[in-house]
Amino acid sequence: MSHAALQSRVLLALQGGGLSSVLKPAGPVAGQELKIIAGSLILTMIVVVPVIVMFAAILWRYRDRQGNPARYDPEWSESKVLEVIWWGIPIVIIGVLGAYTAKVTYALTKPPETKVKPLTIDVTSLDWKWLFEYPDQGVATVNELVIPVGVPVSFDLTADGPMNSFWIPSLGGQEYAMPGMVMRLWLEATRPGVYYGHAANFTGQEFAGMQFKVVATSSASFSSWVRHVQRAGHPLTLAIYRQLRQPSEVGEQQYSSYPRNLFADVVWREGGQYMAGSVPSLGSTHINVSPAMANMGN
Amino acid sequence: MPIWFRDFADHYLMWNEGYLIWISDILILLVSLGIVFTLTYLKKWKWLWKEWLTTVDHKKIGIMYLICALLMFFRGGVDALLLRTQLALPGEHFLSAEHYDQIFTTHGTIMILFMAMPFMFALFNVAVPLQIGARDVAFPYLNALSFWLFFFGALLFNLSFVFGGSPDAGWTSYPPLTENAFDPGPGENFYLLGIQISGIGSIATGINFLVTILKMRAPGMTLMKMPLFSWSVLASCIIIIFAFPALAVALGLLMMDRLFGTHFFTMYHGGDPMMFVNLFWVWGHPEVYIVVLPAYGVYSEVIATFARKRIFGYTSMVISLMLIAVISYFVWAHHFFTMGAGADVNTFFAIATMAVGIPTGVKAFNWLFTMFRGRIQFKLPMLWALAAIPAFAIGGATGVMLATAPGDYQYHNSYFLVAHFHQMLIGAVVFGYLAGMYYWWPKMFGFKLDERLGKIAFWLFNIGFYVCFMPMYFLGLNGMQRRMYTYPSDMGWGTLNFVATIGAYLMGLGFLFIVAQILYSIRHGERDITGDAWDGRTLEWSIPSPAPAYNFAVIPTIHDRDAWWELKQRGEADAYKTRREDVRDIHMPKPSGRPFLAGVSFFIAGMGFVFEWRWLAVLGLLGVVACLISRALDDEEEYEMKANDIIDTEAKLGRLI
Repeated sequence: MSHAALQSRVLLALQGGGLSSVLKPAGPVAGQELKIIAGSLILTMIVVVPVIVMFAAILWRYRDRQGNPARYDPEWSESKVLEVIWWGIPIVIIGVLGAYTAKVTYALTKPPETKVKPLTIDVTSLDWKWLFEYPDQGVATVNELVIPVGVPVSFDLTADGPMNSFWIPSLGGQEYAMPGMVMRLWLEATRPGVYYGHAANFTGQEFAGMQFKVVATSSASFSSWVRHVQRAGHPLTLAIYRQLRQPSEVGEQQYSSYPRNLFADVVWREGGQYMAGSVPSLGSTHINVSPAMANMGN
Repeated sequence: MPIWFRDFADHYLMWNEGYLIWISDILILLVSLGIVFTLTYLKKWKWLWKEWLTTVDHKKIGIMYLICALLMFFRGGVDALLLRTQLALPGEHFLSAEHYDQIFTTHGTIMILFMAMPFMFALFNVAVPLQIGARDVAFPYLNALSFWLFFFGALLFNLSFVFGGSPDAGWTSYPPLTENAFDPGPGENFYLLGIQISGIGSIATGINFLVTILKMRAPGMTLMKMPLFSWSVLASCIIIIFAFPALAVALGLLMMDRLFGTHFFTMYHGGDPMMFVNLFWVWGHPEVYIVVLPAYGVYSEVIATFARKRIFGYTSMVISLMLIAVISYFVWAHHFFTMGAGADVNTFFAIATMAVGIPTGVKAFNWLFTMFRGRIQFKLPMLWALAAIPAFAIGGATGVMLATAPGDYQYHNSYFLVAHFHQMLIGAVVFGYLAGMYYWWPKMFGFKLDERLGKIAFWLFNIGFYVCFMPMYFLGLNGMQRRMYTYPSDMGWGTLNFVATIGAYLMGLGFLFIVAQILYSIRHGERDITGDAWDGRTLEWSIPSPAPAYNFAVIPTIHDRDAWWELKQRGEADAYKTRREDVRDIHMPKPSGRPFLAGVSFFIAGMGFVFEWRWLAVLGLLGVVACLISRALDDEEEYEMKANDIIDTEAKLGRLI
């Protein structure tokens, strides 16, 4: 059986039910991560399976029963050859897996695709809801994420409150959303569909309800969705943001516009001002915090 | 009811939270009254003070650690069952979010710091001095102090359940969630102070056993002739000494943030929450190896004893222990691959983490080949040691999988992670401690624990263990994240969660059988009058069970690795009996009530800090200082045990030749 075929066998065996699954990738990032998951599983099984088989065999053969004919050699306790084998094999396995891990780790810091112009979405974790801002489209949503299929998305993550982690298992692994910092996570959907997004790091009482809906749709219907939200004429004002910031659950929301500097101001106010260099995508353009925001600190 | 009493009861005793609290209050009151009544009725107060509260004998301290560890195992286990009950079905309302958050926090904190740590220290105390031929640890007084600091730290932490409110931000306690802005009230303070106080004791224990092992081995016992359990304790102590101060600093700074308005970990005024995460895991990951290495040591002893064969590859075993101890410092960032450290950092920590798998794998192979060409006896200690091998083969494999940084992006904070670390912390650590408990139980108490009840417990616990944790790997891969108090029914997580809950209850039942086994065996357990209950290999089995206060009337001289076994093989076991003319007076450390009082003082200070009653904190700290000064002025720390008394005792034990 070829390596790839073996891999897909293992994957099939692992497939579980559920709506949101690491094992059913819907994009290149999740796909690469699944490959390394399967690869590492196979590599570790090279050690685990023989250990368990030998374990069972030895227990049976050398059990202490009257008249057990198996050899008993209570002084035998050294063997250079054997020791070289079991120091050697794990070293080789870890070497292979380590090299593979390094390769994928570096690959995932880059956009999954370079031919298509990426979409940027600014994500803010709030108690207990997710705010998504689309800087190029000028719209914002809460707990509902709509993205075009086949377009790499740069999620710029921060938190206005305790640190959280932004995770859409079907599209790829997570990244923390931390106050005062902006972290980037590249994801892309290649299959249209509705996926689940999760809040993966505990943020207090209603944290369990912080799931969000992810809709991956064609570029055309993404554009028409944007126009639809813009036309609805329900802007996200600073007053509304102040309300969102209060601990609460709010369900899904759509906003036709939002204050231009909202994301940058939040990062700045929540500690970014002390961490020059930790806010690479914002550069030095946000030195001035708008007065309304400055008053929002604790 | 007077209004001030209502206020007090609602505010501090949380009586407004409903019947669970009321039941707990009543039970605690009844148990406390029962204990006081029994002690008074049997006139045992003086006995309690003289024999236990003031003891500096490592054997008694070990037993006290063990009792506390089992009690905390019960408390942490009840927490676990409450959590699993809540998660058995989607959308349940058995617990509120608030209560669920408190319970997962106390479950984790108690199991790691107030169950695993004291269980481990129990084994240190019970076995190490006897195994290396020492009369006590290097610093017996400090040993007692360590115990009482642990005891009162644990008491303070547990008190939060019925007085003031439990912490509720996870055992990892990440700011800014744990800063006053998001989490006011005493709960988090209990966490910070309880762990801080017991942590001071842990550092002292690390130093104590390091010195004991390096300086107090019997003549002839070179390091490379030392039993592997003592080697594992040495490795663990080295990690304790380097890792625990990082925790003390992290907790101390967070406490300053909460109590004195500093900004070390807030988002404001240049504080940095990430720094806490780093400090926490600089301790937190080595902590895993602190608790697991002594379990490896137990496996090495138990497997050699019950396979009736020398340990295979002793030198490799020592090298791998020390390698793990060193590598353990270079893996902490794998707890936050997803916090944006960048590809360079992640690659380094990923490969370092995987590298731990190499020496660990070597140990597993050496245990297997210790049994190869041996004669395996399936006694209780051996059963638990054997059960650990497949558990940790699987847990270790998923550990390597978690170490692949890109893979971890999908596992992080999910039930996959939860399954992995429970499989290691139970399968590798708790199984090892239970094996150690069964193994050294006759040495502690002079009788064995009942095999039949023990086997029922073993199978219930083991089957429950896989039924509980294997489904969690798949829950994680299906996107279920940890610490959610409930989940919607349409996620498809219901069935697996229900199965996991069944497994948890099986484990709980297994624990009850262990309790029954202990109670039954106190009366009916097989008595051991030989001192060598298992036909053992190392020095502790050459003396009576329980060992006399001075351990060895004459310190033995060591010639071989398995010193006692080799003597028995050569028919020279009498060489370790006592010759009248060799006995000398022995300097013994004097019992002292001061470690206990110092513990009380720390407890009072802790309460003062928790509730920000400054006067009480000052009062407690004054007590601590008074203890220090009185200790400094005390120059009668030892008393002399007369040779004649020792000869009498040895004669009664039938050891005189």
